[in-house]
Amino acid sequence: MQYILLLYDEEAESMKQSEAETEAEMQEYFALDEALTEEGLNKGGEALQPASQATSVRVRNGEVMVTDGPFAETKEQLGGYYLIDAADLETAIGVAQRIPAARKGTVEIRPVLKFD
Amino acid sequence: MDASAPADAVARLFRAEFGRAVAVLARTLGDVDRAEEAVQEAYAVALERWPRDGVPDSPAAWVLTTAKNRAIDRLRRERSLREKQALLARDLEEAVADLPTEEDAIPDERLELIFACCHPALAAEAQVPLTLRLVGGLTVPEIARALLLPEATVNQRIVRAKRKVRTSGIRLAVPPPERLPDRLAVVLAVLYLVFNEGYAASAGPDLVREDLAAEAIRLTRVVADLLPREPEPVGLLALMLLQHSRREARVDPHGELVLLADQDRSRWDAALIAEALPLVRRVMRPRRPAGPYVLQAAIAAVHAEASDASDTDWRRLKVLYGALAHVSPTPVVELNRAVAVAMADGPQAGLERIDALAAGGALDDYHLLHSARADLLRRLGENAASAHAYRRALALATNDAERRFLERRLADAEGR
Repeated sequence: MQYILLLYDEEAESMKQSEAETEAEMQEYFALDEALTEEGLNKGGEALQPASQATSVRVRNGEVMVTDGPFAETKEQLGGYYLIDAADLETAIGVAQRIPAARKGTVEIRPVLKFD
Repeated sequence: MDASAPADAVARLFRAEFGRAVAVLARTLGDVDRAEEAVQEAYAVALERWPRDGVPDSPAAWVLTTAKNRAIDRLRRERSLREKQALLARDLEEAVADLPTEEDAIPDERLELIFACCHPALAAEAQVPLTLRLVGGLTVPEIARALLLPEATVNQRIVRAKRKVRTSGIRLAVPPPERLPDRLAVVLAVLYLVFNEGYAASAGPDLVREDLAAEAIRLTRVVADLLPREPEPVGLLALMLLQHSRREARVDPHGELVLLADQDRSRWDAALIAEALPLVRRVMRPRRPAGPYVLQAAIAAVHAEASDASDTDWRRLKVLYGALAHVSPTPVVELNRAVAVAMADGPQAGLERIDALAAGGALDDYHLLHSARADLLRRLGENAASAHAYRRALALATNDAERRFLERRLADAEGR
């Protein structure tokens, strides 16, 4: 099954990190990337620019409305994602708990809906 | 079994086989919903045939064979309806047809099913009804009556949970060793919740709810048998058996609650106690850290071993509550510990602990703290302070039987 792991944490808190802390975290993500690829689970993933860089688009009655900011203002913001191929939820939980964001914020696991 | 087995006897016999058949079919079909449906259809056949033809020699084999055939029928119908899934359906058909049906060869995968039903990714409110439905084999109306919930609510919780099991990829499996302690704790909490639902109501006339306690014992026995190296399921089983052994003595003929100290111990169920005590001895080992259920069972065993209340080994209870407070440091455990200390070392020592607990504030709204305090003050001869504490307890108690008990005690303290 495919799962997307959505990484949420508080951007404001990440901003307060020292350069060394940020660097250490980056290294942790690189190592995790490699490990997941070796385990055959990694189907891709990216870090995202902060929510302040988000643009939201809605079309109502044919009218396009473009606004500044994310879909919802929340305490924790979507900061990145992984797409993984895992046998079951247990395996996906095992991956989620290794992601640094899980220690500070929340990793949301969503099964990918397949039309086949 | 005679051929005229009434419907509720069939229900009981069938229930014992339900979970095992669902587990085996769900594993093969990859879908708990289809498995449940097939076993439920087999139940309808049993209700019709067993009372007429008698109960089969091997109910387990009969249930799985019948459910298998229903599942295959269903798969064939789907095959003709949806060309695209024909191949998959045919593979499943073959896999189902290959399942063994000799009693001894049927795998017991109920433990895997229980772990799936109590998966923490499922809503907490759905874990109890889903476990009762899929593992226990209770029907939705039975679960609704037992949990005092509307049928529609129970049904909705079960339907949603089954959907999540399927779409989120919750596999029927015992969790990996590093996650087993946490996940087992959820399973045991669900089973104890089922038990307490039944226990709390045993004062009432509703037999379905008392059945629930027996059902919880049956399911806990399955977990304890299938995880023989884990002490906590055995501890929970012993705890349930010991609590259940007192059910006849807990209420007097007028429906009034009877305190443990005042219960007629000749009415305790000796057979349940005889089963529970060796279980406690098996898991309560010196120098091995014990979990909360093992310790609670050991505490219940001390009461079971006392011929009457005055014979209770309070020194041992004091030690056990101390250990329990260490592994599950809740104010309620501390309160019970204070009562044990009072019995072992005198009311003054207990009162000091209760006052320290009261100063913490966590149990200020808990009537049992004030009634325990009132009782110790009474024993110290401080009648005015005792009456004051009984009044606080009365103001907080909501249960009628408990209120009447507290009123009697208050009247004594006031010398009325």
